[in-house]
Amino acid sequence: MASSSPKTIIALGLEGSANKLGVGIVKHIYPSGIPADTELVPEVVELANVRDTYNPPAGEGFLPRDVAAHHRSVIIPLLHQAFAEAQITHKDLDCICYTKGPGMGAPLQSVALVARTISQLWGIPLVGVNHCVGHIEMGRAITGAQNPVVLYVSGGNTQVIAYSQQTYRIFGETLDIAIGNCLDRFARVLRLPNDPSPGYNIEQYAKRGSKFIELPYTVKGMDVSFSGILSFIEKLAKTEPEKYTPEDLCYSLQENMFAMLVEITERAMAHIGSNEVLVVGGVGCNVRLQEMMGQMAEERGGKVFATDMRYCIDNGIMIAQAGALAFARGFTTAIDDSWITQRFRTDQVHVEWRT
Amino acid sequence: MENSGTEVLRQGAEARVYKTEVSGNPAIAKQRFSKKYRHPDLDRKLTRGRLNQEARSLKRCLESGIRVPKVIRTDKDTATLYIEFIEGPTLKEWIFDNTDEDKEKELMSAVGKILYQMHSNSIIHGDLTTSNLIVDKQGEIVLIDFGLSQISAMVEDKAVDLYVLERAFISTHPESERLFAAVLQAYESQDPAATAATMRRLEDVRQRGRKRDMTG
Repeated sequence: MASSSPKTIIALGLEGSANKLGVGIVKHIYPSGIPADTELVPEVVELANVRDTYNPPAGEGFLPRDVAAHHRSVIIPLLHQAFAEAQITHKDLDCICYTKGPGMGAPLQSVALVARTISQLWGIPLVGVNHCVGHIEMGRAITGAQNPVVLYVSGGNTQVIAYSQQTYRIFGETLDIAIGNCLDRFARVLRLPNDPSPGYNIEQYAKRGSKFIELPYTVKGMDVSFSGILSFIEKLAKTEPEKYTPEDLCYSLQENMFAMLVEITERAMAHIGSNEVLVVGGVGCNVRLQEMMGQMAEERGGKVFATDMRYCIDNGIMIAQAGALAFARGFTTAIDDSWITQRFRTDQVHVEWRT
Repeated sequence: MENSGTEVLRQGAEARVYKTEVSGNPAIAKQRFSKKYRHPDLDRKLTRGRLNQEARSLKRCLESGIRVPKVIRTDKDTATLYIEFIEGPTLKEWIFDNTDEDKEKELMSAVGKILYQMHSNSIIHGDLTTSNLIVDKQGEIVLIDFGLSQISAMVEDKAVDLYVLERAFISTHPESERLFAAVLQAYESQDPAATAATMRRLEDVRQRGRKRDMTG
């Protein structure tokens, strides 16, 4: 049964499923204890959220072994930095949350190893977290969106998600590659720098483009396909560079692919009767995507919620956020079960902290 | 709208659907609207393309003996398609209200049959959901909403069409597995040899989703 005395949970979050290593610490306050059968909506206090990004040279993608080496080399300094910023010690922690998946194997493993080690060293329980659910929970906490349709767009994911019966259900998704992957790969074709991110540089080029080049537009129900667009535009860039400027190519690529995303998001909103949309994931930082989503939502009398780079891009506090909610419902991950998995779908998580 | 007594039946993501009358008969007017968020060139291409494609696919279905609403006319200036009004619940509503398992099996099998017929005539629906199938007064399945349709005989397109429906079942219906299995079984049994390649590809399409490495 619910207690009425105040309860506080302090969670450490470790994220390293791709090329960012993030360490975050969050404090959840339940002024009248943890309610037994209503949705958990604690007061959220951000204590720390630090990150270090591995960037390969322009024209190259990142390799798992290099990313894992990066994570191993920066995780201890980042942990120290996070504790210093939070002004707490490990003794104040209630749980250690780490990304169980999905993501790249070697980087995930390198971070899980550290999580397991400090968990045993300090005697603090582990909580394995689904990366995608981390993005959703952080987005909800930051924006205050109640029951939004979630568009999750990043280097490895393109999903339209809606909550129902303790599950984040996937209504639509990519049939082939993720939108961020498509943008990253096209940035490589144009040899745009990877710093701060290939997608950011495409966005800057797109701002200077003006000529709309017609590209394949592939929407199937609430699903999308990007691989055909990538092949098509790669060919344009390589065979007719004098005809199309990189700026116009980036502009057209964004306009075309983002319109597809907005369309499937709107279809999901119409389908479930929601007027709220929350955009999460690295590509969600893109201001043009947020603007298009905003126009669509406005036409429906609704609202778009988005977060900035601190939370959109992979980070540690989102893992702490989702982990602390699960922990409040009694969920922990035993050492024997503290493995990682490259494939872990959003709809496989039992969302016990919602009703 | 040219006819009096029109009422908005449904406001979808990209069209308003009105119930109206044409020459004294009940009809549906489906008006596509322009989307401010997308580039005007893209918007024009999609609005016009889908209006025309929907009319074309409906006609092709009718010619092939597949139950769809009859096309009355297309108004390009207002991007409106006038079609026959079909009375009856959507399959989604029907499933939620139904309690008779035999009837349900029969209807799922009818869905499989009509999808097979459609695919064997190289029509890909593009947006199959249980809301885009109507159960008419005779208890027959009627296909609607061909805005995302295309003409294709490719195994990949047919498999993705079925996959989209499977996903719609999973996200909407509690007993999706049993229901969709009955649909597929009927689809396949229409011509096991001809559908074998599509069924194999469907398995591939499903695996693509599950095996995708979802980094980042």
